[in-house]
Amino acid sequence: MTGPMSAPVDDPAPPGLSRPRRARPNYTPYLLLLPGMAWLVVFFVVPTLSLASQSLQTGNVETGYTLTWHFQTYLDALSRFWPHFARSIFFAGSATVLTLFFAYPLAYFIAQKSGRWKNFLLVLVIAPFFTSFLIRTLAWQTILTDNGPVSSFARSTHLTDLLQWLNLTNNDSLMNSRFAVICGLTYNFLPFMILPLYASLERLDHSLIEAAGDLYAAPIKTFWRVTWPLSLPGVVGGTLLTFIPAAGDFINSRLLGNTRTVMIGQVIDSEFLRIQDYATAAALSFVLMLIIVVIVAVYVRRAGTEELV
Amino acid sequence: MTEETSGDLRLTNVTKRYDTFTAVDQLELEIPRGSFFALLGPSGCGKTTTLRMVAGLDRPTIGQIWIGDKDITDTKAYQRNVNTVFQNYALFPHLSVIDNVAFGLRRRKVSDHRAMAMEALELVQLAHIAKKKPGQLSGGMQQRVALARAIVNRPDVLLLDEPLGALDLKLRRQMQIELKIIQSEVGLTFVHVTHDQEEAMTMADTIAVMNRGHLEQVGDPATLYEKPKSTFVANFLGQSNLLEATVKSRAGSIAELDVHGVSLRLPVERLVDDASSVWLGVRPEKLRLVAAGATHDGSAEINRLTGVVTDASFTGLATNYLIRLPWGQELMVVQQNDGTPRAAAGAQVTLGWAPEHGFALDAKQDAHAGAQDQADDSGAA
Repeated sequence: MTGPMSAPVDDPAPPGLSRPRRARPNYTPYLLLLPGMAWLVVFFVVPTLSLASQSLQTGNVETGYTLTWHFQTYLDALSRFWPHFARSIFFAGSATVLTLFFAYPLAYFIAQKSGRWKNFLLVLVIAPFFTSFLIRTLAWQTILTDNGPVSSFARSTHLTDLLQWLNLTNNDSLMNSRFAVICGLTYNFLPFMILPLYASLERLDHSLIEAAGDLYAAPIKTFWRVTWPLSLPGVVGGTLLTFIPAAGDFINSRLLGNTRTVMIGQVIDSEFLRIQDYATAAALSFVLMLIIVVIVAVYVRRAGTEELV
Repeated sequence: MTEETSGDLRLTNVTKRYDTFTAVDQLELEIPRGSFFALLGPSGCGKTTTLRMVAGLDRPTIGQIWIGDKDITDTKAYQRNVNTVFQNYALFPHLSVIDNVAFGLRRRKVSDHRAMAMEALELVQLAHIAKKKPGQLSGGMQQRVALARAIVNRPDVLLLDEPLGALDLKLRRQMQIELKIIQSEVGLTFVHVTHDQEEAMTMADTIAVMNRGHLEQVGDPATLYEKPKSTFVANFLGQSNLLEATVKSRAGSIAELDVHGVSLRLPVERLVDDASSVWLGVRPEKLRLVAAGATHDGSAEINRLTGVVTDASFTGLATNYLIRLPWGQELMVVQQNDGTPRAAAGAQVTLGWAPEHGFALDAKQDAHAGAQDQADDSGAA
């Protein structure tokens, strides 16, 4: 409060003698940043550099590794595993679209229409987190089992035929198929879509909806012209929170898929832990990171959220 | 500029009931095309509910709303040729000012929406900020954008929901005058909802005073002020002194009234039918203050009361007095600062007023109705 600018105006300083005092540099913001920066350096920067170095090393577990700048590892890994990358992006993309489709009406209802049930419904949204991710995914095996009600319903309504035509099933079975993996991803990441959407839609001023109606916009027009654009920050946030982890997921495809649904996360997992080809695993991790960064950058730019938030 | 609008706005028997609460009760209103109409009342009187029903945002429980000879009761808001200037403006934050103004035109597929929106912005003198976002504008500018966004559609009825409530006093006065000018330029029917009696009187051709879901009185500002028909109107529009009176005689055109033994006069046509006991009302600025014993011009028509000054507060423009009458009641007197000598507290004075400045109200009404509401509202504003 006693900076050079806030000197009292009526201070009778002799003319010519009032020169600004040199402000002491303020280190507080940097000190406050320190814990977070330290955390990032230890648990993000160092591991990333170590991973980068690992991807360019050659050797094996017995003899040890040396940094040989062996870029060939990247080319080999890409040529062997590009279908897994494509598949991961397809699965994660499908799951993201589906979560958006299911989450939007739900988030809209909770934010705008639920009244005093709002908090209760929000607890229900996060309730699945009380159980382990693994257990919830395994539950889908039971849900989609061949002689279960879901499968027989899908068969009787010819939904199975449709999915088979789309090449999403495992012959005529829903289980161990692309369909099952996408279901698992959609289910597991749904709360990550609902919560950002809810946050955006909750802030939506209801009088804007009324104003749109007052200005001759029918309900559907009101949605596309007012509600949707104003909820874009939530849509962008939710799709990122769903797509990024889903693209690297290795549980759903393992538990719900088959050998033809293997995702890149699963490949990295086995390259690291089973095959112990550390260089390939590290290279794959790096490529995955790069692909996600590029996709996200293009997407965020297209969505034009800078102006909205 | 003026487009043919389809006629008068009429509300017939309009009632809005919530679970246990009747917000608007059997409202009958006729608002002539092209007029500037104010719905005035304290908060909770049903004026905003009425406006929302006209806009199509709420549906009346019973009754009909007409524009001309078209019943619009069952049409949706987006199907009505009615636009609203919302209290909080409700500008679309993601759209530029020009896109906000063109919103209604686009929905109706008007081809030269951009030119028309620009014209509306010129009308409110904001053409230079057409490309800005609402968040970058001051409250007064947002208010004008909201007005332009509604006017540009040339609605049959333009509804204004306390549009000046969020502005500071100076800006509000300025906008009152501008709104009035714009209304006469575009010639649309304006229905203005407000709790500010001064605002309503300044702007409107006709005022409907509402209280607890009922219409108290409809009329032009001067009639409402000079000849209020209820204690609520007498107290809500300005201030009133109400004296308990009994009618002694109504010979000729002047009636004789008895107020605690003092004989006072009032034109017969001001009396309430043939009631024998009434509230005799007179506005504070109609009372003249004469020092006791001082000679007066002696006009026989003048009504006289004597009392003691209990409080005198000088406001510059005028002096406000409280005068205690012999039976304990205190009257408010406003004396213009026109050079007449001021009385000090404790002085014995005589109050005089011309009989035609008085009005009579039904004695069954609450003498304080409306007085408190006004104090509350002005405190909150």
